[in-house]
Amino acid sequence: MSSQEIHELVIVGSGPAGYTAAIYAARAELAPILYEGSVTAGGALMNTTEVENFPGFPTGVMGPDLMESLRKQAERFGTKLITDDIVSMKLDGEIKELEDGSGNKLRAKSVILATGSAYKEIGLVNEKRLSGHGVSWCATCDGFFFREKVLAVVGGGDSAMEEANFLTRFATKVYVIHRRDSLRASKIMVDRAKANPKIEFIWNTEVIDVLGADKVEGLKLRNTVTNEESEKAFDGLFVAIGHLPRSELLVGQIDLDGEGYVKVEGRSTRTNQSGVFACGDLVDHTYRQAITAAGSGCQAALDAERFLAGH
Amino acid sequence: MSAAQPVTTATFDEVVLKSSTPVLVDFWAEWCGPCRAVGPILDQIADEYAGKIKVVKLNTDEESAIAIKYGITSIPTLNVYVNGEVVKTVIGAKPKPALLKELAAYL
Repeated sequence: MSSQEIHELVIVGSGPAGYTAAIYAARAELAPILYEGSVTAGGALMNTTEVENFPGFPTGVMGPDLMESLRKQAERFGTKLITDDIVSMKLDGEIKELEDGSGNKLRAKSVILATGSAYKEIGLVNEKRLSGHGVSWCATCDGFFFREKVLAVVGGGDSAMEEANFLTRFATKVYVIHRRDSLRASKIMVDRAKANPKIEFIWNTEVIDVLGADKVEGLKLRNTVTNEESEKAFDGLFVAIGHLPRSELLVGQIDLDGEGYVKVEGRSTRTNQSGVFACGDLVDHTYRQAITAAGSGCQAALDAERFLAGH
Repeated sequence: MSAAQPVTTATFDEVVLKSSTPVLVDFWAEWCGPCRAVGPILDQIADEYAGKIKVVKLNTDEESAIAIKYGITSIPTLNVYVNGEVVKTVIGAKPKPALLKELAAYL
């Protein structure tokens, strides 16, 4: 790729937002370049199983299959897909400069940011130490290794419910540990978890330490109401307490809010830098669904198209 | 291009433990998204560092005995073996520059 060439649009990040932005931008003949991420291509849905709430799939669709379809659709209209990471960006000025993980430099008139989010850690020293030795963030990857084991899932959202349900395929028992006494997960997911005989809930409880020398052997828990501490034996801990926006490359260049989400203007996808747009989980505290990410990816492409037409 | 070759329980001793060069073993499975993402990167490393490090992959579904023996509970796990001993473990899919940094001592 010649560094002299000035591209119309570079999209950073894949997943429903990035791919949808690419579909729209490619159909608008902007010849977008999409950096999918070297190991994160397809985004968070690559680690899920069945997606039941994406419109158009009455019998559900597997997360990775849905991403593969969006990817193909983006490619069909001429998106150039690159399976690499953007490692630095200079987003001020009329021409944006980007560099990828292989050292290629690119210049573009506009950029769509769709880097999504990364899983959140509880923040315990032993959680990190035993990561890969019983502490996991990916039930679909690691559940298999916990046949006939007793597991803990921490979290109260849809991801936690999905992980817990998935893990009962392997585990003898899955305890969902949640710091409140009610869940923020959707009703259908909660009902399913509550109906699963292998799932039990531990309410008003937080994990304060992970126990075990070489592998997880148990958890130290604290009741959030009584402050009472206890220990309980587990063979594994799956953490599903939410996500953080992947905005570390943007610090100091793009206005972010206190939690690191990119700020956009009103209902648009425009950031404070002219020609830079943001969509998907990177901007969304609230909805965080595949379909809302796809919708905002579409908006970003339309905003970029309008911007380019006016320049 | 010499891609990462599969290794099995039957060949593990010969290919990995008795190797005269360091061996990077990729513990993976078909159903693991991050494993599929990191696969092509490992093929590149196998090719670019041929002669220095041997890169092989072990399917944890089919060869679970070895995975259990090495305490694998998360994939992808990348283990480096020198003289039959695990000298380095990398857990999770990482971009190529990050992997090369972790593996620098064996390349």
